[in-house]
Amino acid sequence: MFCRVALILLFFAAHTLVCAAQPVRIATKRFTSNIVLGDIANLWLNQSGIETEHRPQLGDTRFLWEALLAGEIDIYPDYTGTLLRETLVRQELEPFELDSALASYGLRMSAPLGMNDSYILGMKEDRARELDVHTISDLNRYPDLRFGFSTQFMDRSDGWPTLRTTYSMPHTFVRGIDHDLAYVGIESGTIDVMDLYATDAEVEIYNMRPLEDDLGHFPEYQAVFIYRADLATRAPDVPALLDSLREAITVEVMRSLNFRVVEGRESESQVAAAFLSGEFELENPLVLEEVTMWDQLRQHTKEHVILVLFSLAAAILISIPLGIIAAKLPRLGSLILGIVGVIYTIPSLALLVFMIPLLGVGGPPAMVALFLYSLLPIVRNTHAGLIGIPQPLSESADAIGLSPMAKLLKVELPLAAQSIMAGVQTSAVINIGTATLGALIGAGGYGQPILTGIRLSDTGLILQGAVPAALLALVAQGVFSLVERVFIGEGLR
Amino acid sequence: MLELRGVSKVYGRALALHPTDLSIARGKTTALIGPSGCGKSTLLRIAVGLVIPTTGTVEFDGEQLGRENIRSIRLRTGYVIQKGGLFPHLTARVNVTLMARHLRWSTKRISERVDELTELVHLPTACLQRYPRQLSGGECQRVSIMRALFLDPDLLLMDEPLGALDPMIRFDLQEELRSICQKLEKTVILVTHDMAEASFFGDSIVLMFSGRIAQHGTMQDLVNRPANDFVKRFMRAQRGLHEWV
Ligand SMILES: Nc1ncnc2c1ncn2[C@@H]1O[C@H](COP(=O)(O)OP(=O)(O)O)[C@@H](O)[C@H]1O
Ligand SMILES: [Mg+2]
Repeated sequence: MFCRVALILLFFAAHTLVCAAQPVRIATKRFTSNIVLGDIANLWLNQSGIETEHRPQLGDTRFLWEALLAGEIDIYPDYTGTLLRETLVRQELEPFELDSALASYGLRMSAPLGMNDSYILGMKEDRARELDVHTISDLNRYPDLRFGFSTQFMDRSDGWPTLRTTYSMPHTFVRGIDHDLAYVGIESGTIDVMDLYATDAEVEIYNMRPLEDDLGHFPEYQAVFIYRADLATRAPDVPALLDSLREAITVEVMRSLNFRVVEGRESESQVAAAFLSGEFELENPLVLEEVTMWDQLRQHTKEHVILVLFSLAAAILISIPLGIIAAKLPRLGSLILGIVGVIYTIPSLALLVFMIPLLGVGGPPAMVALFLYSLLPIVRNTHAGLIGIPQPLSESADAIGLSPMAKLLKVELPLAAQSIMAGVQTSAVINIGTATLGALIGAGGYGQPILTGIRLSDTGLILQGAVPAALLALVAQGVFSLVERVFIGEGLR
Repeated sequence: MLELRGVSKVYGRALALHPTDLSIARGKTTALIGPSGCGKSTLLRIAVGLVIPTTGTVEFDGEQLGRENIRSIRLRTGYVIQKGGLFPHLTARVNVTLMARHLRWSTKRISERVDELTELVHLPTACLQRYPRQLSGGECQRVSIMRALFLDPDLLLMDEPLGALDPMIRFDLQEELRSICQKLEKTVILVTHDMAEASFFGDSIVLMFSGRIAQHGTMQDLVNRPANDFVKRFMRAQRGLHEWV
C-alpha cells in the first residue's frame, strides 16, 4: 500500500518534471507577419503563466507542418487557404471539413484571428497606371511582362501552376525568387509583377498596386493557429487563450504591425507586446527584456561557436582514424573515400534538411550535418599524408623493428601531421561558413541575423552575421597556425 | 647465419628474383653486386622480412622467418639504406635511440651506447642534436649506421650505404666502414654497384644478373674462374680492377 502511494507520488513528480522541462514551442514561417503572430501568441501565453519558446523564421509551410506532426513544435500560425489548397490539397476538402481533417492528424485549429492574409499579385503603382492594369486579367494584354514569384508560390497548388490556367496567362518570363528579394527586383525594375501577402507592409513602402483577383482564383486565407491536440492535456489553458484572440487582428492592424517592423525597425516582439497592451486589459504588464546588438552578437557567437566546435571535434575524432584505415587497407579505403566524398557533394542545404526527420530541428541536426560535411577534407588529407610517406622512411621504420602501432604513432602520424592539420584547417573554415545555414533549421548562429536581414532587406543586419562569421574563420586560421607550430616539429619546417 | 632456400619474388607479371639459394657465413662480409634492377635490393628486403618471397624460405640463425618471429629477428638485424632513411621529424639522437626507448632501455644504458657508437662511427657529438636536414650526407650515413648498430645486431644489412655520397667522403667512409665491420666481427651483407667497393669489403662476392645469382665466390674466383659469359663481361667492364686483385 505504502509502496503504491510512493510509486504514484514518484510518477507525479516525474510527470511534473517532464512537463516543466518542456515549454510550449511556437515556431513561425519566414515572413514578418507570421513572425509577429508567433510573438503575439508567445507573449499572450506567457503572460498567463505558461512557459513558452518561440523559434522565429524556422522554415516554410511544409517544414513547419512536418515539425508539428513530428512533435518538434507545438504551435504555428497558418492560413486556411494554405491548408486546404496546399498542405491537404489531395483530400479536396471543403472549408467546413478542415477541423475534422486536422483532428485526424492529432491537430487542432484556433478561432480565426480576423484577417484574410491572401496572396495577391502586385505591380509598382506607376507602372500599373502607365499600362492601365487593375485586375489580373488585365495582365494578359501584356505577355512580355516579367513575373518574379516566391519559390513557394511557384510550386504551390494554389499558386502559379493553377493561377496560370485559371487566367490562361501567356507570359513566358516567370522566375522563382525569394519573396524578400523579389521586392528588390521590383524596385530595380528587373521584374514587373510579384506575389504579395495582403498584410505585407511593403505594399505601402514600395508603393505597390494590388491587382484584383477578378476570376476569384485565390481562396480565403484566414489566419489561425494550428496546434497539437495533446497540448490540451499538457497545457490545458492554451486552446482557450488562443481562441481569445478571435477576430482581434484585422488585415489593417496586421499591416500596420508589419510596417512598424519593416520600416520602423522595431522588433517583432516589441510590436507584438504593444499590440497586446493596446488591445487587452492585461493583468501583468508585458515586460520585454531589452536586447542590445551586443547581446545578440554574444548569443549568435555562442551558438555558432558551439555548432562549429562540436561538429569539428567529432569530425576530427572520426576522420583521422578513418583516414588511417583508408591508408592501411586500400580496398576498404577507396570505399571510405568514396562515401565521404559523396556526402561532401550533397548540397549543404539539402544535407541540413535531410537531418530533420532523423533529429528534429535546432542545434543537434545542424551539428550532425556539419560533422558529415567536415569529414572529407580531414579523411582525405590524413590518407594522402600517410600514403605520401616516402618508401625508404616507411621501410626503415619496419626494419628497425617498430610494431605497426609504434610505427604509426612515432613515425607515420608525425610525418603526416602537416597534411592532417591542413585538412582540419580546411574543414574548420568550411564548417564556419556552412554553419550560417544552420539558422535555416533553427540552430541559430550567425545565420540568424543574415536570414532576418534578408527578410527585412537590411544590409546592416546581414553584415552583423557575415562579418563575425568571416572574423571567426580568420581566428580559426590563426589558432591553427599556432597549433601547427606546436605540433609540426622543427625537423619538418 | 642466413640461409635463403629457393626464394623468388614476382611483382605483378615481372619476375624480380628467380628462385635463389644463398648461404651467408657467420662473421663474414658478403658483397652483393650487379647492374641496377638485377634484384639486389629485393634479395636484401627478403632477408630482413620487408618483402615476403613468392616462393622459398629464409632461415635466420637456424630459425625460419615467419609472421611470429619477424619482429624479434628484425631486432637482431641492422638495416642501412641509401641516403640513410632517417626520420626527418626526429633529431639524430632520437633517430638512433628510437627503438631502444621503445624497448624501455634505461636512460643510462642508452646514453652509454650512444657515446660508444658516436666514437665508433666518428660522428661529431654536436650532430646528435640536429635534425637530418641539418646534417651532411656523410653525417646522415654515420647516424644511420649508428641506428642500425644500436641494438648490437648479429646481422648487418646495408643497401648501397655509400651510394649517394661525394667521391671524397665516400672514400673516407669506405675505409671507416670496413674497419667498423672488421672490429665488430658481425655478419654483414653489403649491396653495391661498384666492384672496387665490393672487393674492398667483401670476403666473398655475390654477382647478380637479371634476377639470378650469376656467381658466388671470392674476387679471385670471379676474375680467374668466371662461371659464365656474363661474369666475364661484367668483370672486364670494371675499370681499374687490377689494383684490387
Ligand atoms: N615494389 C615493387 N613493385 C614492382 N616492381 C618492383 C618493386 N620493387 C622492385 N621491383 C622490380 O624488381 C626488379 C628488381 O629491383 P631491385 O631489387 O630494386 O633491383 P636493384 O636493387 O638490384 O637495383 C626491378 O626490375 C624493379 O623494377
Ligand atoms: Mg637497389
